[in-house]
Amino acid sequence: MSTIQESAAETQAATVDAPPKKAMGLGRTASWVMLIAFLILPLLVKNFVIFQVTMVLIYGIAVLALNILTGGSGQFSLGQSAFYAIGAYAAAILIEHGGVNYALTLPAAGIICFIVGFLFGFPALRLSGIYLALATYAFAVAMPQLLKLGVIEHWTGGVQGLVVTKPDAPFGLPMSQDMWLYYFTLAVSIAIYLASVNLLKSRSGRAMMAIRDNEIAASAMGVDLSIYKTLAFGVSAGITGVAGALGAIAVQFVAPDSYTFTLAIALFLGMVVGGVGWLPGSLAGAAFIVFVPNIAEGISKGLSGAFFGVLLFAVIYLVPHGARQAAIYAETLFNKLRRS
Amino acid sequence: MSRRPSFAISTFATAALALAVSGGHALAQKKYDTGATDTEIKIGNIVPYSGPASAYGVVGKAMGAVFQRVNDAGGINGRKVNFISYDDAYSPPKAVEQVRKLVESDEVLLTFGVLGTPSNSAIQKYLNAKKVPQLFLATGATKWDDPKHFPWTMGWLPSYQAEGNIYAKYLLKDHPGKKIAILYQNDDFGKDYLKGIKDGLGDKASNIVIEESYELSEPTIDTHIVKMKAQNPDVMVYFTTPKFGAQALKKVGELAWKPVQIIANVSASTATVMKPAGFENAQGVISAAYAKDASDPQWKDDAGMKDFDSLLAKYLPDTNRVDSSAMTGYNMALTMVALLKNCGDDLTRANVMKQAANLKDLEIAGLLPGIKINTSPTDFAPISQLQLMRFDNGRWQLFGDVISSDGGK
Repeated sequence: MSTIQESAAETQAATVDAPPKKAMGLGRTASWVMLIAFLILPLLVKNFVIFQVTMVLIYGIAVLALNILTGGSGQFSLGQSAFYAIGAYAAAILIEHGGVNYALTLPAAGIICFIVGFLFGFPALRLSGIYLALATYAFAVAMPQLLKLGVIEHWTGGVQGLVVTKPDAPFGLPMSQDMWLYYFTLAVSIAIYLASVNLLKSRSGRAMMAIRDNEIAASAMGVDLSIYKTLAFGVSAGITGVAGALGAIAVQFVAPDSYTFTLAIALFLGMVVGGVGWLPGSLAGAAFIVFVPNIAEGISKGLSGAFFGVLLFAVIYLVPHGARQAAIYAETLFNKLRRS
Repeated sequence: MSRRPSFAISTFATAALALAVSGGHALAQKKYDTGATDTEIKIGNIVPYSGPASAYGVVGKAMGAVFQRVNDAGGINGRKVNFISYDDAYSPPKAVEQVRKLVESDEVLLTFGVLGTPSNSAIQKYLNAKKVPQLFLATGATKWDDPKHFPWTMGWLPSYQAEGNIYAKYLLKDHPGKKIAILYQNDDFGKDYLKGIKDGLGDKASNIVIEESYELSEPTIDTHIVKMKAQNPDVMVYFTTPKFGAQALKKVGELAWKPVQIIANVSASTATVMKPAGFENAQGVISAAYAKDASDPQWKDDAGMKDFDSLLAKYLPDTNRVDSSAMTGYNMALTMVALLKNCGDDLTRANVMKQAANLKDLEIAGLLPGIKINTSPTDFAPISQLQLMRFDNGRWQLFGDVISSDGGK
């Protein structure tokens, strides 16, 4: 397998003593603290910040999807933006042309992307490592142009894109659209997070990880390589599609320019910053891709890209294994304090 | 349930009436919405300082320089302009995030000069729902002139349709009956131009022998040019972005072919299009302009150009003065300054829109002489005039009168 994958595998061996099952999730106390923090957050901040955190959650789902693919089954994808775009357009078209309730568009987007991802997973059987990354890259680059095609312009709105109506809080709940959308997104995120952790703990998850660690050994043990590889691709694409649909509803606008290759890179970046294979890290990675460009811009407008690079360098140099490393450090510190 | 609101309304009405009677003239003096005070006017802006379109960042920098100079001279009606400009990297979702930051966190009075059609499309509905003015957009799309559906949105640049329309007028007058070939970029930009010229040609649109489109991602458009030449047109029209404009002129030159050539204003830059295409290939090409070209020596002693140069020298010494984006930002900011002056002490969002829809024959230092900004409650297209120009011996020569587009919508 590729060197990148090997180093990812080494990472696990070097920094995590816990068994892989536990390494995928977050401790019980930490989980509750996070959950409570997320629940009360909107009551304390402005609508604008709620919107930002909603975007973090949405990108978090997308990063998590990539994490299942790369951290779980060891396959690379630089094409997640394409699935995100399909999910977003599926939701936008269903809401605006089909009059479908926004909540129902999420499973629809998920299923559509699962199918596309599953089909795309077949070439994945023949390609591995960087070659697969290139194939998915091609998909990501092609997507914005495919969305502009004249044939489907009636549905997609072409380059002009589609404006999506933002949902109100149901049952006359006294909360703003932003707050409602936040809780809605939070609920979806938690459901997807729990499902993903369980998936990776299950028999299928073990099979995927076996493929990641050593394909030959895995097939010798009776793991059906083709099924599990395509399955991982499909699941990852499906979850990304749900994130895309949520993104379309939150941003209220879809256009081909929203889903360029830059997004795919951002998601990849989020995964690395969060820690490859560590699902809670997805959230930290998403926070990085949403907030750090703003920080960089605050330092200098003209050199924001350069400062972003410097900050990214700092993260990779100081915590090469991403948020997971920071979390492990915090955990040891916490345990030490408790003992003393 | 029904009693309560009506009670509240009547109380409110009484209070309002009392206020109106007691403080009638105080109200007439100074009125503020969020973002305006006795000492400050906050205006928000979004421009791509990073990402694929970062070259346009100069627009935002030039605007900032104008407001800086206004503040150094004491501000507008005694109020300093707080110009808050953010980066969206030309990404619509990022633009939505930034505009919400401007409106909800920075609490600006209005947004001004947001750049790019996709970004403006993404924030238009939000700003109109919030009733925050979305003024003077740095995009030439035609859809911003829609006061009926989007009363809080107003463009600024002459629309691509208006420009296409003006080329049609020129062709009908100077080259009637000639066969026309059109090359356009396959997006809203190219299609707006195409619609403009076709509307302008009217029943003479049958003179168009070929409409050829290309994708922004194509490395070269040579094959399109060859295909168009096969139709033997007399007139070649390029609704392209700069890179492709240069390629088209060059290819036609290489084919030793001399049709009448028209190129969109977007691609009329001497430095980035004409020079790379080769001055001998660009000889005689026709385009249209609304602003002064800083590289054109005819404006050497022009008061407006001198003002522009002194601004850059003092506030933006590193900026390339011939970069047309700097001129665009300069002109837009001057328009905003004029508008804020017109608003006087009534700095409410409603009055800002009212004044924006009531600009009469406003002349801006960097616009061509004779081109005036005019708006009305039904006309949200500030600039709808252009002047034709011909490329001659390495520089653009204006010719003919300023032409108004009649098919701006």
